[in-house]
Amino acid sequence: MKFAVTVFPGSNCDHDCEYVIRDVMGQPVEMIWHKETDLKSPDCVVVPGGFSYGDYLRTGAIARFSPVMKSVADFAAKGGLVIGICNGFQILCEAGLLPGVLIRNKSLQFICENVYIKVEQAGTPFTSACQPGQVLKIPIAHGEGNYFIDPEGLKKLKGNGQVVARYCDEKGNVTSEANPNGSLDNIAGVCNPKRNVFGLMPHPDRSGEDALGSHDGQFIWKSIISSMAAAK
Amino acid sequence: MTSSTHSAGSTSSPRASSGQVMDAEVTPQVIKEHGLKPDEYGRICEVLGRKPNITELGLYSVMWSEHCGYKHSRALLKTLPTQGPKVLQGPGENAGIMDIGEGWAVAFKVESHNHPSAIEPYQGAATGVGGILRDIFTMGARPIASLNSLRFGPLTDPTVQRLFAGVVRGIADYGNCMGIPTVAGEVVFDESYTENCLVNAMSVGLVRHEHIIKGRASGAGNPVIYIGATTGRDGIHGATFASTEITDESTEKRSAVQVADPFMEKLLMEATLELIHSGLLVGIQDMGAAGLTCSTCEMASRGGAGIEIDVAKVPQREKGMTPYEILLSESQERMLLVAKPGCEQKVHDVLAKWDLHAATIGFVTDTGRMVVKENGKVVADVPADSLAEAPVYHPAKSEPAILKKHREFDEASVPVPKDPGEILEKLISDPTIASKRWVYRQYDHMVRSNTLVRPGSDAAVLRVKGTPIGLAMTIDGLGSYCALDPYEGAKIVVAEAARNIACSGAEPIGMTDCLNFGSPEKPEVFYCFDRVIAGLGDACRAFQIPITGGNVSLYNENPSGAIDPTPIVGMIGLFADVSAAVTQWFKNDGDFIYLLGNIGDSIGGSRYLQVAHGKKTGRCPKLDLEPEHKLHQVLKAMADARLLQSAHDCSDGGFAVALAECCMTGGTHEAKTLGARVELPGQGRVDARLFGEAQSRVIVSCEAAASAQIEALAGKFGVPCAKIGQVGGGTLVIGGEINVPVTRLADLFFNRIEKLMASPFQNS
Repeated sequence: MKFAVTVFPGSNCDHDCEYVIRDVMGQPVEMIWHKETDLKSPDCVVVPGGFSYGDYLRTGAIARFSPVMKSVADFAAKGGLVIGICNGFQILCEAGLLPGVLIRNKSLQFICENVYIKVEQAGTPFTSACQPGQVLKIPIAHGEGNYFIDPEGLKKLKGNGQVVARYCDEKGNVTSEANPNGSLDNIAGVCNPKRNVFGLMPHPDRSGEDALGSHDGQFIWKSIISSMAAAK
Repeated sequence: MTSSTHSAGSTSSPRASSGQVMDAEVTPQVIKEHGLKPDEYGRICEVLGRKPNITELGLYSVMWSEHCGYKHSRALLKTLPTQGPKVLQGPGENAGIMDIGEGWAVAFKVESHNHPSAIEPYQGAATGVGGILRDIFTMGARPIASLNSLRFGPLTDPTVQRLFAGVVRGIADYGNCMGIPTVAGEVVFDESYTENCLVNAMSVGLVRHEHIIKGRASGAGNPVIYIGATTGRDGIHGATFASTEITDESTEKRSAVQVADPFMEKLLMEATLELIHSGLLVGIQDMGAAGLTCSTCEMASRGGAGIEIDVAKVPQREKGMTPYEILLSESQERMLLVAKPGCEQKVHDVLAKWDLHAATIGFVTDTGRMVVKENGKVVADVPADSLAEAPVYHPAKSEPAILKKHREFDEASVPVPKDPGEILEKLISDPTIASKRWVYRQYDHMVRSNTLVRPGSDAAVLRVKGTPIGLAMTIDGLGSYCALDPYEGAKIVVAEAARNIACSGAEPIGMTDCLNFGSPEKPEVFYCFDRVIAGLGDACRAFQIPITGGNVSLYNENPSGAIDPTPIVGMIGLFADVSAAVTQWFKNDGDFIYLLGNIGDSIGGSRYLQVAHGKKTGRCPKLDLEPEHKLHQVLKAMADARLLQSAHDCSDGGFAVALAECCMTGGTHEAKTLGARVELPGQGRVDARLFGEAQSRVIVSCEAAASAQIEALAGKFGVPCAKIGQVGGGTLVIGGEINVPVTRLADLFFNRIEKLMASPFQNS
């Protein structure tokens, strides 16, 4: 299955995504510079983490105007799989491909540590290799990961089953203590109504190997790979 | 600061707007305000064969400042060992480089940003990180990790909290945005640094041998290209500012502190690496201290060439800047490069891809002179060498009287505490010893997915992807020991850094140092500087660890005196196979615990004496180099044989604190506590055995089945080795002296700084 990783000025998890896809998961991957519009016919587009445009103005606010984003939107509109990780999630929200926004962490501090997330929707192409309710150990590293949406929007998200992952403790209890950044309803990841666009604050690109402290990120990559294979 | 050319509260440089820039007269007062002594001025006149104009005076002023010219320290620095079979680049370039095998090399260096951080903590610390990262990627290496060493006054002081919070946030914001993990560091809180905090930043990069490039200009006619941010009036005379004592007026020098733009630096890094790896450049140098002046004359001097530039071609942020200002600006995120003939267009193409400013501002000459023009008119013309070679001084030395008092301190006058358990809790809660989780949680320490051992253990460990190779890295300093005995203290700093590397299972291969001292013009300060250099040198020679570069930060003084002599050591360790890496934490119930080394019998210089008895005195612990070296070797041998479950050295707080730290797996690793039951070896004062800081001691744990091999290896290397107990349970029991639940220790240890920082000052 072929992946495309978009690279914006200031992307800094692009190499990590490339590494986990190519060297850990054994899949081909193309790096797509943000000024390009040709995605090189991927099966899945990854919008990686980092500080695109230095987070100036607002996280993801400038990157969404990059030429490549038009192609990503077209790709998504045709049903292609798009995953945004961390800053990638922020960019997808800014681009209107995902609902809601990510605001500053409640502590007003950047937080880097391992957290646990509970897979609330195992039926998406990004979580199909997970059991419903499975707990994944996976790191976060962000200053603005506090998910917010208006009450109406939240109701819709829940009704449509778009809340894909929530912060929880080691045992899977979704508690306020287990919420690292103040996200509404402990939301860590959401998808669009069609379920082909997914945003996740934690980093499956940094948790693909035991040597790094967890291989649970592989569940996300495996899900994508098998969903794409099934679709062919 | 009242002259016509140095107005308080603004950039301390002559300005076009304030009149007579080019024509400003070089009076004795102006010379003095440029930090130049009369005989130095005389030497400038001699070199030039005439009087310098104001622009030229400015050039010499920054280049001959202590910060750039090392005029008080150079003679002693030359005595340090810098050679070794793995050294590819020693001191004198932007960073040292060592071979690590499989065609890879590691570039690393530490640098201070003390003065700017004391005035403006956020920007000061951020630009410190930016500066050291540029030093690394300027050599062609991609930065893979940052470390830092920070020192402040007591953390209960609200001003200190504000400084601490600002510095940490500055480091975090810069490194996080750059996508370079901050993987290790140390923070010390001590009254010596109340008014003069220390911020030392280290960076480590990886480079293929064939991509190493240097800061040299050569090939007459080759274009000199300026890239990166535009030049503004920020940071003018930053280097000179860093070479004077901090006074009450220093806060008015805030404009001598630069402003950070990590996003610009990220673009600059990617573009620079692309240029270097495409083979388009002859040489490249970043513009750090002394900006365009330093990069121009140093590149010319190193390459044995000359350079001619026209300042009118320099991209400028503000209108009406004078040549003086353009040359001395320390605006951040700028580089100077010399392109290969015929490659100029390709260089511009790469820069255009990254949306970076670029301007050809001059060319290389064979005259050996640095010629600066403004719209074709010569405004400065000096021999490049003469700028790069500041005068060398041999300041007077005299032993501070206080050292004798420390040596003669009577330990018997200190009462032995009745409840050692209570003392352990006190030490574990001491902000210097307590977990720095509050700090490193704010640093992205995982990005680039190479961090195998995260902050919190003795050394960070990173892998080199595509190879079995790994690197261990640590940064350490012991100002309080050096204040008691600068020679012994300096030896211990090197030993501790090497021990931290060895505990992680790696072989220490190279070192960088940052020497933070008061004014070298004070004989007592210079005595300590001299003894510290001797101690560093002797230890490095004994351990066969070359020093490949570093930095000197003098004039760390304030109205209440000089800081403790504080050499900071950054060290790199090498794993041929990184799967041998070891962490400091106990792993399994039932594992055996050994003490390698001897228990000790003194409390001199210990954190315990300071925290429990309020005394910062006594004899500094003594370090024997030979047994220490053996200890490093046996640790590596044990790790290579995969015998170790954990290894942790005894440092601040001694044996008891080290044991407690082994019990609390921490930080952002899987949080876990595991108790232990050990005996307390030795005889004599209980507090000395529990909390004394005798050197060359490490606590290791192993599976029961490995114990015979552990003992055999220790015997082979002649390292004292005693089985002292077993891992297990929920309490830490040390002899009949200490019996504390580990969860209680963990609560104190991990939350102490967080609690102190949960004040209104945190986000101010």
